[in-house]
Amino acid sequence: MNSNDTLIPYIGVVTDIRIDTPDVKTFRVEAPEGGKVFEHMPGQCAMLSIPGVGEAMFSITSSPTNKEFMEFSIKKCGCLTNWLHAMDVGQMITIRGPYGNAFPVETELKGKDLLFIAGGIGLAPLRSVINYVRDNRDNYGDVQIVYGSRSKDDLVDYKEILDEWMSDKGIDVNLTIDNPQEGWDGHVGFVPNYVKELNPSTSKTVLVCGPPIMIKFTLAGLKELGFTETQVYTTMELRMKCGVGKCGRCNIGNKYVCKDGPVFRFDQLDELPDEY
Amino acid sequence: MLRISLDKIDELFEAVNSQQALYIPTDRKDGAAEYKKYESGMKMSDKLNTVRSAKDFFFPQTENLVEFKMEGKKIEVKDIREESEDFVIFGVRACDARSFTILDKVYLVEPVDSFYKNRRDHGTVVTMACTRPSETCFCQTFGIDPTAPEGDAACWSDGSFLYFKANTDKGQKFIDSISSLLEDGDTAELDKAIEKTKTIMSKLPLANLSTENFGGDKLNEYFNSDKWGELSESCLGCGTCTFVCPTCQCYDIKDFNTGDGIKRFRCWDSCMYSDFTKMAHGNPRLTQLERFRQRFMHKLVYFPKNNEGEFGCVGCGRCLSKCPISMNIVKVMKALEVK
Repeated sequence: MNSNDTLIPYIGVVTDIRIDTPDVKTFRVEAPEGGKVFEHMPGQCAMLSIPGVGEAMFSITSSPTNKEFMEFSIKKCGCLTNWLHAMDVGQMITIRGPYGNAFPVETELKGKDLLFIAGGIGLAPLRSVINYVRDNRDNYGDVQIVYGSRSKDDLVDYKEILDEWMSDKGIDVNLTIDNPQEGWDGHVGFVPNYVKELNPSTSKTVLVCGPPIMIKFTLAGLKELGFTETQVYTTMELRMKCGVGKCGRCNIGNKYVCKDGPVFRFDQLDELPDEY
Repeated sequence: MLRISLDKIDELFEAVNSQQALYIPTDRKDGAAEYKKYESGMKMSDKLNTVRSAKDFFFPQTENLVEFKMEGKKIEVKDIREESEDFVIFGVRACDARSFTILDKVYLVEPVDSFYKNRRDHGTVVTMACTRPSETCFCQTFGIDPTAPEGDAACWSDGSFLYFKANTDKGQKFIDSISSLLEDGDTAELDKAIEKTKTIMSKLPLANLSTENFGGDKLNEYFNSDKWGELSESCLGCGTCTFVCPTCQCYDIKDFNTGDGIKRFRCWDSCMYSDFTKMAHGNPRLTQLERFRQRFMHKLVYFPKNNEGEFGCVGCGRCLSKCPISMNIVKVMKALEVK
C-alpha cells in the first residue's frame, strides 16, 4: 500500500513551550528534520495526539506566513490537554492535517476593514488571521481588535499583543477584562458590551471567536449596531475523530464542521439547525 | 442464460474457494444466518438475510489502523497496512448490495479511505435475488429491485438452477472463473419464479411506503418537528439499530496499549450513545431526543441533501426486527411527514 492515508499521522516535535496563562500554553511544533510538518491557511486545524492518551482537533494559531514552525495555543481542560500541558520540550507528538476550510483571507476578506473580536482562548484561531494580515498589510484596510478575558492573567499571547500588535500602525487593539483587578488600568467589562461601546463602523467585516455565550451576545450587539450576518464570520468546534467528514459526529445539519467548516459566516449558520 | 444445477452448488463453492477466499451466509447453531468463510461441506443458508449486514467485509467492526512505538520522548509511527487478498462474498441480498454504494459515497470520496478502498478493490460481490421478501422488507421504497440485485455479479434461483449474470468487469471475471461448471439454459422457470416474487412484493405491508416528502428540502422543518419527543421517548439508546444497519458508517478511533507499543483501532460507533458528541466543555446532543433525531435526520434528510437525493437507508428491515422497543425508521417516516 503506497498511498498515504490521512488517518496515519506524521510526527511533530515540540520545540518550545510558552506559558500564556494559568491554564493555556502555546506549543511550537516542528517536523523532526526541522521546518513545518505541512502548510495551512489561517483558520485551519490539525489533529494532535499522544498515542495511548488521545487525539483531538486544535486550531493552528500561528500564521502560514511563519515559515519555520506551527504553534498551538491549548487550554488545559481534559485528558489529552492535561497530558500536553505536562510535556517537556523535545517531546514528540503525532500530527495530521490540515483540516477544514479557512477564513477567506485571499477572497472575501481582501481589501476589507477588519474587526476581530475574541474572548479567552478564542483568540487562538484568530491570531493566525491577525498575523497573516499583519504580514500582508497592503492587502487589507484598517484592523481593529477587541479581546477580552476573565482577568489580566488570562489574556493569551499578552506579550505579543503588547510588544507587536499595539505598536503596529493601523492596528487598533482594545483589551478588556471581566472584573477590576489591581495593576489593570484598561477597560473592564464583558466583550459584547465593550464592542457596543466602541461602536465600530458597520463597513467592517467581523471575525469573532470565543465562548458560545460571548458569541451569542456579541452577534446580537453587532446586529443592534447595524451589522448584517453576511459580514460576520466565526469558527466552530465540535467533537471530531477523523477530521474529514467520515466518522459522523461533528455535523450541524448536513454540514460537517471538520470538512465544511470550521469557519462559517453567520448567514450560513442561520440556515442550519440550532444544534451546537 | 448461464446456469448451474443447485445439486452442483457444492462443486461451485469448491471451485471458487480454490481460487480465492469465499464467504457465504450459513446457519449458526441457533438458526440465525451469518457470513462465514467457506469450508468443504458448508451449506448456504436459505434465510432471507443475515442478522448482521454484509458491511463488515468492507468496513469491519474493529480494525487496526496504525501502530506506535513509544520510547522516552520519541514516537515511531508504523504503517501496518497490507494489500488485501482477493475474496468473494456470495449470496448478498439486493439491500446490502446497495448499502455498499452508499458506503462508497462516504469512504471513496476525497480523501479516500485507503483501508476501505483496499477491501473494496479486492472484494467481488455476488448477489442473490430474493424469492421470499418478508413483512419487514421495504427496499422498494428506495428504488431497489430485490429480483434484480446490483453487485458485481447477480444470481437467481428457480428452485432447480442458479442463473448468473455479470454487472461489472469484476463480476464477469468471476463468472469466467467458474464457466466450466456453467451451462446455457432457458429461463422460462426463472421468469415464472420472478413473477411470483413480484406478486409477493406488491402485497407486502410496506410496499407503498414513500420517500416522496423526504430529502434535503425542508431540513429545518423536519429538525424542528414536534414529533421527535414522542418518537424518541422510549428509546433506550442501546445502539442495536446502528450496529445491524448496513449503511451506518460512524466510527470511533481508540488507542490500546499492548505493553509493547500502542495500537490505534477504528471501531464502529453509534450516534445513539451519550458520549458520541461529548466534549470537555459539554455535549451538543445532551438528550436521547437529540441523538435519536440525528440518526433519522442523517438517513432521511442530511445524506440525501449531500448525495443527489440518495437516502441513507436500503430498507433491509433489520432495525424493524431487532429494536427492543419496536421503534424504527418506518414509524419515523410515517409520523414525521412534513407537508
